[in-house]
Amino acid sequence: MHAPDGFLNLGTAVTTGAVSATAVGGALRHMRSTLSDKQVPLAGLAGAFIFAAQMVNFPVAAGTTGHLLGGALAAILLGPATGAVVVTVVVVVQALAFADGGLTALGYNVLNMAVVTAFGGYGVFVLLRRVLPDNASGVIAATGLAAGLSVALSAMAFSIEWLFGATAPVPFDTVFGAMVGVHVLIGVGEGVISALAVGAVLAARPDLVHGARDLSRAQTADRARIGMRGFAIGAVLVTLVVAAVVSQFAASAPDGLERVAQDQGLVAQAQDHALAGGPFADYATDGVRNQQASLAIAGGAGVAVTLLVGLGIGFAVRDRRSGRFTGARAPTASS
Amino acid sequence: MGAGHAHPLYVHGHSRVHRMAPEAKVAAAVTFVAAVAITPRQALWAFGVDAACLAGAIIASGIGPRFVLRRLAVVLPFVAFALFIPFVASGDRVDVFGLSLSREGLWGAWNVLVKATLGASASILLAGTTEIPRLLTGASRLRVPATLTAIASFMVRYLEVIAGELGRMRTAMAARGYAPRWLWQARPIATGAGALFVRSYERGERVHAAMLARGYTGAMPDLGERRASIGEWAVAAALPTIAWLAAVTALTGVLT
Repeated sequence: MHAPDGFLNLGTAVTTGAVSATAVGGALRHMRSTLSDKQVPLAGLAGAFIFAAQMVNFPVAAGTTGHLLGGALAAILLGPATGAVVVTVVVVVQALAFADGGLTALGYNVLNMAVVTAFGGYGVFVLLRRVLPDNASGVIAATGLAAGLSVALSAMAFSIEWLFGATAPVPFDTVFGAMVGVHVLIGVGEGVISALAVGAVLAARPDLVHGARDLSRAQTADRARIGMRGFAIGAVLVTLVVAAVVSQFAASAPDGLERVAQDQGLVAQAQDHALAGGPFADYATDGVRNQQASLAIAGGAGVAVTLLVGLGIGFAVRDRRSGRFTGARAPTASS
Repeated sequence: MGAGHAHPLYVHGHSRVHRMAPEAKVAAAVTFVAAVAITPRQALWAFGVDAACLAGAIIASGIGPRFVLRRLAVVLPFVAFALFIPFVASGDRVDVFGLSLSREGLWGAWNVLVKATLGASASILLAGTTEIPRLLTGASRLRVPATLTAIASFMVRYLEVIAGELGRMRTAMAARGYAPRWLWQARPIATGAGALFVRSYERGERVHAAMLARGYTGAMPDLGERRASIGEWAVAAALPTIAWLAAVTALTGVLT
């Protein structure tokens, strides 16, 4: 989601710019204090890798493809500070030299795509490492979940920025639902690919995985074999659970956030929108009494519907996909 | 790599815009886009002024309006989002061709469309007339932290190499009949990405060793490129000044 200029209002652009500059500045200082001048060429090559990784098109379903974002992957391979700096450089160069994302939108683009994915993704990774076993399987599983969730976190960050800096009165629920719903699915691919990529690095050069430095040689070699089909189905199940949990947040937290925004006069009075009468309006299911359960069902159904629509589109266009092997970055619909 | 491999957005030329010192160009682009971003959306004339100025600069640069239009495709995903806004936004509804749309939402869509188009056009003009190394020189002269620009310059320098390796991996996989359609067939792609990371990292280690062997002390030598003169700054300031005048006039007009 390389947002263009003027997508969010001036205040949000300046505020997110200050937050991003502080976070990246801190990461830069940390980077300089921990390692020598060797860090610069290594980070540059890692940046080229992340840039190239965003060209890696992987199949999603029925021949449609997605591509990696790489924020969490960079943080797990290089450490959160270096990872955030590297992805920031990628985002800035994309804006400056490829006109991908607005120059005045760099504040929120860097925040959402570099800072939130790298630090947020790494935070989730560290938490998961505590509960998962101390071996290669544990690291790979933690990577998958953290990378997938980092994409959802990024979408959440964007929705919250929209709440404060919207340039059109689209209700928060709609933006949150659409952004997080779509990105939870993108997160499945991100998680699966990141996990397998880290697995491959662990097998070849375990010392290069920052997030697995505490593992001994024996622990690194200890990995369970599971089939790809099981892996993918597991990923989709995790997605449904995440959607169910996230929809709880969508229902409760925004009230607080909207309140804050309203108190500061930042949001015009919220009004019900055209779909208010729909079966999943306000992300609750009609006819289900228990509020939590109904929200969870609505969230899960949202993901299922998006998945099916995506599959349908995939089947519809599958024969038209071109098999060209160009190095050019194909424009992609999301992020 | 070899010579002559400029990035895909660069158009070779010798116009006045091409020759301008990079720091002046980067500063002008950023301030121009900032002026566009703060212009109130009802001030149609101000956007007209901005577009006319930008069009003049694009013609002067000789990169061609067709090139700019083709490259504008990068904003298409957000155009799609903008077209969606009038349907879901709240507020008064107006009927357009039998569709009930939100008046506020239509303004919101217009706002996103016009600012994204003008902003992206300005970026395309900047990237189209400035090679990446010069862009980075410009950025570092504008006090962007040296570590960031140094990392960016390594990244840009090796991007083609790494992307080339990726391309050869894809060709090799396709040559062996690999045509995945579902996510669970993606393992070779993911392990390939892992292998690509290891190769990139090891290349970085070799690059660093080679730099040390050639006397690297932690800072890149300054190649002594010409800095912007006062006259150049003045020329570069023309566009953003007009845009800011338009934006401020429109703002005060709206506020009073």
